[in-house]
Amino acid sequence: MRELNKGWPKLDEATHLGKRTPRIDAADKVTGRAKYTQDVNLDSMLHAKFTLCPHGRARVQSVDASAAQALDGVVLARAIVGEGEELEHAGREVAVVAAESEEIAREAAQLVRVEYEVLEHNVADASPDLAGEWAREQRGRDQGDVDAGFAAADVVVEGRYGAPIVTHCCLEPHGSVVEFVDEEHVNTWVSTQRISSQDEDLAGELGIQPENVRAVCQHMGGGFGSKFQFDVWDRECARIAEETGRPVKAMLDRDHELMVAGSRPSAYADVRVGVKKDGTITAWESRSWGSGGAGGGSSPRLPYVFDKVPQRRTHVSIRTNTGASRPWRAPMSPQSCLITMAALDDAAAALDLDPLDFFLKNLPFTERPEVYEEELLIAARLMDWRGRFIPRAAQQGAVRRGLGLSLHTWGGYGHDSNCSTTIRGDGAVTVSCGTQDLGTGSHTVLAVVTAETLGLPVAAIDVRIGDSLLPPSGGSGGSTTVGGISSAARDAALDALRQLLARAAPELNAAPEECRAQGGRVFVAAAPERSLGWTEACGLIGPEALSGSGRTDPELMADGVGGAQMAEVEVDVETGVVAMKKLVAVQDCGTVVDLTTAESQVYGACIMGISSALFEERVMDPTTGACLNPNMAFYRLAGIGDVGEIVVHLMQTEAHHARGVIGIGEPPVISPIAAISNAVANAAGVRVPYAPFTPRAVLTALGKGRGR
Amino acid sequence: MSEERGFSRRKFLQGVGAGALAAGAMPDLARGAEAPEDAPDLAGPGPVPVTLDVNGVRTTIEVEPRVTLLDALRSRLDITGAKKVCDHGACGACTVLLDGRPVYACSMLAIAAQGKKIETVESLAPGGELNAVQQAFVAHDGLQCGFCTSGFVLASEALLRQNPRPSHEEVLEALSGNLCRCGSYQGIKKASGAAPGGG
Repeated sequence: MRELNKGWPKLDEATHLGKRTPRIDAADKVTGRAKYTQDVNLDSMLHAKFTLCPHGRARVQSVDASAAQALDGVVLARAIVGEGEELEHAGREVAVVAAESEEIAREAAQLVRVEYEVLEHNVADASPDLAGEWAREQRGRDQGDVDAGFAAADVVVEGRYGAPIVTHCCLEPHGSVVEFVDEEHVNTWVSTQRISSQDEDLAGELGIQPENVRAVCQHMGGGFGSKFQFDVWDRECARIAEETGRPVKAMLDRDHELMVAGSRPSAYADVRVGVKKDGTITAWESRSWGSGGAGGGSSPRLPYVFDKVPQRRTHVSIRTNTGASRPWRAPMSPQSCLITMAALDDAAAALDLDPLDFFLKNLPFTERPEVYEEELLIAARLMDWRGRFIPRAAQQGAVRRGLGLSLHTWGGYGHDSNCSTTIRGDGAVTVSCGTQDLGTGSHTVLAVVTAETLGLPVAAIDVRIGDSLLPPSGGSGGSTTVGGISSAARDAALDALRQLLARAAPELNAAPEECRAQGGRVFVAAAPERSLGWTEACGLIGPEALSGSGRTDPELMADGVGGAQMAEVEVDVETGVVAMKKLVAVQDCGTVVDLTTAESQVYGACIMGISSALFEERVMDPTTGACLNPNMAFYRLAGIGDVGEIVVHLMQTEAHHARGVIGIGEPPVISPIAAISNAVANAAGVRVPYAPFTPRAVLTALGKGRGR
Repeated sequence: MSEERGFSRRKFLQGVGAGALAAGAMPDLARGAEAPEDAPDLAGPGPVPVTLDVNGVRTTIEVEPRVTLLDALRSRLDITGAKKVCDHGACGACTVLLDGRPVYACSMLAIAAQGKKIETVESLAPGGELNAVQQAFVAHDGLQCGFCTSGFVLASEALLRQNPRPSHEEVLEALSGNLCRCGSYQGIKKASGAAPGGG
């Protein structure tokens, strides 16, 4: 843990930091004023749509776009793959059309005639034995004396666990708009998680100077890790705009989005856990497998959190002809967490131990036992675990209650970011940063930090983000944004404030370093009655605004968090329906910048985890290799009535605050599937091996249904 | 979403039994159900004049009969508060009020919306002053990325106009046709009065 950081004000001295500030862009979002990439309409704009490969794997023999080109309103139709090119999954873009309207473009895309040589494909990843030549064994890894560990065990518990491929399903689909201002200057609007480097990608594609490209993303409708890359639709959008001289919009249709624009790899494992009768873990052995598409899949980190246990692990990577995986909010962690926490929960059940006691006893195998212990005990109190836990399989009746728990960890160290803060002579303050707001609260974080530093109300701060012309900032991934932008904003505001105090100090007959800004006034710290109002002080600036610049400051941020979650479910053992009753999430994240948006991140992560646990799965047709549910009726997301009660507890003590800012977007999404799996096992009396825990999966585990 | 004769995908599915529907068949079935009985005979498939009464302003545009109300609003009238997400009648992001009732604008043709009073989220704060529902969404942080927000705001607005003091269950039912991916349901429940501390 870092030393007390002098950079941030203490919790009890802060005005805005760590308090609840209403999201500053909320009014724009509830009125429809917020403009997203999808909302950009330009004069004479063309709409681009794609012809998609219907086969799991195929070689292109010929593409004939003439019928599409001949349709009224079509400006351009052409192949974007070469003859003989192999396509590795259904949904791959084969041809593009650009037309006067979206309707015409969609119709034309269907008129492109493509001849394929259909090739053998594989879309099955749930078992390495069925994958045959598509499976590739990776090198195993041992840590500690595993054989001695198993020899010392009183009981060895075995189980199979896993989670299938799910999609990101951002509500705003991927896509961009490109407009040539003249031959050398381009504007682009793009739904992206990294606006600062979008100009370079586009400039590279078009062979122009990056400074001649302006990329804008003021608001974006969700990314979750899927919106980092410069995609084929961005490329085609730019090329068509260049060729036609007209603005072009290319936003994906939902089926296209769900098939190709992002997925989380599957991960499954057979696990053996050695335990002593007193509950001490002695050894871990796992054989995992999974897929993230044609490239295979990454191996889960097993055992997760309890990584000091003697362990032996192997992994089989399975190539499937499915849309490639992209980083999905805490990559590989929800899957790793599910496999580990479920196996440990089964070990506790086999020993007839309360899992809370079992997990507490084994915390020395984790990196930060004291954090987990504190968080587990808070979660247990919020769930009334001690009063309500009933051992597995001890209930009768159709509807049974169950409790389950899980632990997780994440880094969240801030990325490199630049920021500038200007103060004008009329007192207006603007903070500018080339970051983006995925719905995470970047706008609000910048306003809170600047207001706190300058002693002003949050509403006095004008925030500018989402523009490649602004000071560059890193991509929003790995929960790195809040640390990067908050420390850079603090640095920039302090720089501007120093300049302001240098102007104001002579008026106050003091040295600049003796002066402070707080409560909308600039004053002498030792004699607060010697003061100027904010506007009065800014009147000394003159016609040229003051400009402060700032960079990410490592002293203001930290790395590494823990979290504990507990789930309560009801399982109807006759219908197999799992109902969420309650989810408790206890989370640390160092300094909380804005409590409102930080809590919303945790609530949202819990709900996304519930959705994964109960509903989501990309279903592939083994015969054709097509995706069977590329729509939101059959690719289900949790609705408002599906999530139960959610209780969030952020660790907001001076000790946590003293560490500095740490990202919070990812960690709380890791545990829900595991905690819910354990709660379902506790209620149903049997383990449902694979998420999602649908009625069919529950009934199958209970021996009442037909298997997959 | 209740109505006497207008199209409700949820009611439709309840009637047919969702399990009986094949994925591929659904959109066609859904689209077949939406034309009002008094719809005039229309020449197609080329553009036809369509007069829409949106937020109190009547505008005539030329669109093909196949253009949905959502696409007419968004790309012809540049009223973009309603979002296109599933384009399939499943997520509610395109919700608008039609004679006061919430409908999925993606699942209705523009020609079928003629003669109706259409309200989009832009109409709720005419002078920039947020209405009560909008204020509650801001106060309780009932949004994150904001892409589902106009749909949730309008579904809540429609409920509260009809039923100013809904029960917890009535709120969940009224908002069950809308989906959020960021997971803003906690704030939405509070904003809509379905959770303690809200209202």
